[in-house]
Amino acid sequence: MTQPESRLSSQAFIEAVKHPERLVDASLSQWDSIIRLAKRSNLIGRLAEGVYAAGVLERMPPEVQTHLKSARALTTHQRQAIAWETRHIGHALGGLNVPLVLLKGAAYAMADLAAARGRLFGDVDLLIPQTVIHQAEAALMLQGWATGRTDPYDDRYYRRWMHELPPMTHQKRGTVIDVHHNILPLTARNSPSAERLIQDSVPIPGTGFRTLSPCDMVIHSATHLFHEGELQNGLRDLFDLDALLTELPRGREAFWETLIARAEVLDLSWPLFLALRYTRLVVGTDIPAGVEDAMRKSAVPRGLSLRLLDAMYLRALKPDHALCDEGTTGIARFLVFLRSHYLKMPMGLLVLHLGRKAFMRLFKNTSRSV
Amino acid sequence: MFQGRVGDLVLRDLHQHLRDGSFALQTGTLLSRVTCPFEDVARSLHVLYARHPFQIAPEFADFHVEVRQPRNLRRWFRQQAEFLIDGDPPFEPLPRDQAPAFLEWGLNWSVAASCHQWFSIHAASLEKNGRAVVLPAPPGSGKSTLCTALALRGWRLLSDELTLIDPASLNAHALARPINLKNASIDLIRAFEPAATWGPETYDTSKGRVTHLQPPADSVDRMLETAQPRWIVFPRYQAGAEPLLTPRTKPQTFMDLAENAFNYSTLGETGFDVVGRLVDQCDCYDFSYSRLDDALEVFEWIASGEAP
Repeated sequence: MTQPESRLSSQAFIEAVKHPERLVDASLSQWDSIIRLAKRSNLIGRLAEGVYAAGVLERMPPEVQTHLKSARALTTHQRQAIAWETRHIGHALGGLNVPLVLLKGAAYAMADLAAARGRLFGDVDLLIPQTVIHQAEAALMLQGWATGRTDPYDDRYYRRWMHELPPMTHQKRGTVIDVHHNILPLTARNSPSAERLIQDSVPIPGTGFRTLSPCDMVIHSATHLFHEGELQNGLRDLFDLDALLTELPRGREAFWETLIARAEVLDLSWPLFLALRYTRLVVGTDIPAGVEDAMRKSAVPRGLSLRLLDAMYLRALKPDHALCDEGTTGIARFLVFLRSHYLKMPMGLLVLHLGRKAFMRLFKNTSRSV
Repeated sequence: MFQGRVGDLVLRDLHQHLRDGSFALQTGTLLSRVTCPFEDVARSLHVLYARHPFQIAPEFADFHVEVRQPRNLRRWFRQQAEFLIDGDPPFEPLPRDQAPAFLEWGLNWSVAASCHQWFSIHAASLEKNGRAVVLPAPPGSGKSTLCTALALRGWRLLSDELTLIDPASLNAHALARPINLKNASIDLIRAFEPAATWGPETYDTSKGRVTHLQPPADSVDRMLETAQPRWIVFPRYQAGAEPLLTPRTKPQTFMDLAENAFNYSTLGETGFDVVGRLVDQCDCYDFSYSRLDDALEVFEWIASGEAP
């Protein structure tokens, strides 16, 4: 580009999302970058919510207000929509008489946690016992959900190797539910016991649904993030973790000790360790001194030095946007991608899977249709 | 900062600004920064947006879009074009020769998908004497053809695809973007107005043969003027039909308008409220026709306030 872009560091962007009240002095060109990065990293809702909460909307430039108002309309709607959708799901699955554990966004929203404020939602994620997974699929189909047009390979891939059914879309509402029977694939190196997670789950009053226990909620979010191959929502997930790690310890004695112990029981110490490390380093989350040190010995993944992990994640967790790219960001993202597959599958299966995906992509959309 | 009308730029300079990503196009109140290396896209913009204001490297833009070749092996065989908004491709790539049309569709999508400051309806809208007619209709109803004929005969074009309503005032906002025409409509309008200015034609798209028509100069010059909706007309082209204007009930219009809106449910209570107020203040009709001249006469009659 011959026109110099006014680059905004990802650190400045993160500060903006964390402290929107400080943005009253931001220049228009800074706002240009902030809005773009916020949209790209799915944080525009959180930014808008922060600006409204701080009562500073009117002090922002008019062209910026428009985008924040638009984002607020969307998040407000999504919050209502998720409540409505879970009611339908509850209706469809209530007859199974098993615990229905909401995960991630839907759980934060229904439990009214700070992590849900301004969060944009995709699918509803639900964890149920593996024994009823087929009954659940049938019950959802009776109420209008169906697995979409997946090719036979994808379908088999899900059913044989993954920890969830293929995503099911509601034929009228267009909403999507992911039904999980575990939080990691069956092929993963440390697939935890889902029974333990369900056993410790806690009811959300007045809903018929449950959430993971507070510690498991953090561990699940961490596990999900650090098994993820594409970190487009990586920064958003760090902000989720930041909100959870700020809100959940309040009024809970020995939260951190319980958290560390629980992660050990589930054999998920290392993703928790990385989550604590990178929320602290990237988002500036307040984590009591000593927590990371206590975990460090057991938690640093075998065979990988912390320095290498830092080099990968401190780059890959930035907004996935040209404004934040350094020369090495692409390599870091690729390493994260490889690592995530390595964690989720034995090598032989992985080579076959990625090879097939790459080969098929060459021929996709050669027809002249959208 | 440097600004002017797109048509005042030399094509070569426009192409250069598009290549280096400094070009920003104003449509209505929205400013879209466009990056594109393709010469055919530059040529298409040069023709279709000749009257529109542009800015070079503005401090702030509402959208940052790019049309380019995907960075994969398809660079070398059966070339493609992809549309990106802030680096994110919301669609699958299209064949390379559809790039100019792809940019138009992408810009439409950007507005429909993220401008919830407005109630947005999949409808054409035009203004006469400060009052607007809204033409919602599913594809194939002849909405764009009718909209084009009206825009070429004294109605001011607000938008051919996206009617944008301010929830507080109900004012309809203009985009004055080029009009998208398909298949037989193209020949019909070429015959109807031989002097009209067209963008490139693209064949074999998912919609068949498509092209875009340059919006009338007056519509572009006045694109910041809003207008109050006064009529809602559901048009239907029917081969051989005599023109027929039928009043339709307000409850039915409410349902159909909500159905045609992009963000009715996203706006929740506001959406419900906007549709209710719109339907209350508008006369609502179904209109079937086969000849454009008949249609123009009927719309004159509607505008005169004498229609029942």
